[in-house]
Amino acid sequence: MIDYAIPAFLPFFVAAAIALIIPHKFRFALILVPIVNGILLYTSGLNTANISWQLHNFDIQIMDVDKLSLMFAYLFHIACAICLIYAMHLKDKLQLVSGLTYAGSAIGAVFSGDFITLFIFWELLAVTSAFLIFARKTTAAQNAGIRYLIIQILSGVALLIAAIMHFNDIGSYDIDFVGLGTTASYLFLFAFGVKAAFPFLHTWLTDAYPEATPVGTVFLSAFTTKVAIYMLARTFPGEDLLVYIGAAMTCFPIFYAVIENDLRKVLAYSLINQLGFMVCGIGIGTALALNGAVAHAFNDVIFKGLLFMTMGAVLTRVGHVNGSDLGGLYKTMPKTTVFCIVGAASISAFPLFSGFISKSMVMAAMIEAGHEYLWLMLLFASAGVFHHAGIKIPFFAFFAHDSGMRPKEAPTNMLIAMGIASGLCIAFGSYPWLVYHLLPWDNVYQPYDVTHVLTQLQLLFFSALAFVWLNKQGLYPPELRSVNLDSEWLYRKVLPATGGVLHNAMAFSLHMSKRTFLLFKSLVPKMHINEGANAATLTYRMVIGFVILAVIAFITEIM
Amino acid sequence: MKAQESTTEKVSFFDNPKNIKIMMIVFYVLCALLVLLDFVVHRHIYLDFEKIPTFYALYGFVACVVLVVLAKLMRKVVMRDENYYRDRDDLIGTESKDEEHQS
Repeated sequence: MIDYAIPAFLPFFVAAAIALIIPHKFRFALILVPIVNGILLYTSGLNTANISWQLHNFDIQIMDVDKLSLMFAYLFHIACAICLIYAMHLKDKLQLVSGLTYAGSAIGAVFSGDFITLFIFWELLAVTSAFLIFARKTTAAQNAGIRYLIIQILSGVALLIAAIMHFNDIGSYDIDFVGLGTTASYLFLFAFGVKAAFPFLHTWLTDAYPEATPVGTVFLSAFTTKVAIYMLARTFPGEDLLVYIGAAMTCFPIFYAVIENDLRKVLAYSLINQLGFMVCGIGIGTALALNGAVAHAFNDVIFKGLLFMTMGAVLTRVGHVNGSDLGGLYKTMPKTTVFCIVGAASISAFPLFSGFISKSMVMAAMIEAGHEYLWLMLLFASAGVFHHAGIKIPFFAFFAHDSGMRPKEAPTNMLIAMGIASGLCIAFGSYPWLVYHLLPWDNVYQPYDVTHVLTQLQLLFFSALAFVWLNKQGLYPPELRSVNLDSEWLYRKVLPATGGVLHNAMAFSLHMSKRTFLLFKSLVPKMHINEGANAATLTYRMVIGFVILAVIAFITEIM
Repeated sequence: MKAQESTTEKVSFFDNPKNIKIMMIVFYVLCALLVLLDFVVHRHIYLDFEKIPTFYALYGFVACVVLVVLAKLMRKVVMRDENYYRDRDDLIGTESKDEEHQS
């Protein structure tokens, strides 16, 4: 057995560079990169070498391996492989290259042992992923991409400042438990919170993900937010504040998800909802809760990726994913429909699907920690997530009223990718030990008992019943083409408007002062060239000069 | 919806009102069964809330109705025209599909 002893992100960057120059028909070989690298890393496991480079007197810890970082690295390898298969129909090299570097940066970030290395990969994540948005080539995507980039870079800058302040406090850049208290720790929380889509900092996600290319969104949904979750699990486990933030994150997005028309934006909101469960788990900080959070991140990447893939397939074939204009697609896209339902069942935590186990770990930990009312919030969110992601997405896209559209079934490579993801969702849900023996903390959790299966089924079936009843009563809000205001309104409307008002005010005052100056200047008698010097005019000008000087002298005297 | 079992069947399956009706009846029966099971099976109780009979079923139903009603109310406050932020150039029908070059 050979131990893995190169920086794990390197194969991805090399492959991206090669992808730039090789002829397009060899692109299939790229899929091997995450698969081979992942298998090598898996067989090596905890024997994987730690690598650090000495740079003057600073140690760059490029590979810092433990169970937690390995778990996320495996996950990112699987996600990257699925995404690449999903992207194989593209002729657009840009997306393949940025996707590969993006995945590589995520893997680099989870293996970083110090905050400076993390900062480099943190910024690389932002820059490489932005091209997946720009690649859509619409004006809306360009603008959303710029906004995305600004916010992501801001998070990176906050991280760097926090790292330096943290170094001043404790004299080390090592990534370790930080815990809230110092200014640096709050800055860390802000930096991670931006990428983890904390409430009010989340709008980059719901803004940019629906604008990215079909392939781009699948890539995007896998990496950035999960790196943030990983960092929170490392630096702030057991921080009480996170439980409340997490609970808020599970609840507020589902309201938006119910009324949102763009189905990929619905998924973006439901992504925040799932992140909420993870943040809650990290906040509780017990072994069960942390395992639950990590396991949920693992499952979420796959089922949320699957849902984004099915919507990407619809977007590729139809050209939009507006719930108001879709419907009846199951007739011509039956396979995509089935995959979408598998994803929906997984995210809703149906027994035997992957979400069931990890979500119930977080819920059980919540009860153990004594947060009864927050537990009720999470239960509300669980019912809600089934409502909008489990029912709304498949129902409005593939069933509902017949839109008359008869698009072709998704391209074969997309179907393969969705098939693999669906298989994994069912496998991880039905054979939990596949994932759960990898979990970093020691804890035994028995997900399948009668109580739990029964209560979960009751919750889900009666949520579905509510949907049926509301639909029959005509109470269900119709899908409408619209924009729903979110906190992005502050920087997309209020800030530009305030800037506009300020600009106008400045321009006005400048104009007025010019006018006043000219007015006073006109009072000064003119002296023309070639005109004889006029004693009266000269005296007059000198008097004005003296008066001004006297006024200035007076002012300086009294001040 | 109980669509899970039946999507792989024939194409026009869901256009037939009879099939929908059968599916709905199956769905209602399953719901009723789950409620009945609640009285047969002995649930482990961890919290006071859970002592209420069929707590999860009630909570699921009420949660979703509350969710939808509140979301509808929220629409009055937050909903704007889709060109609210700026005119979108990619609205339905104008986006060219060949951006995703098919190989």
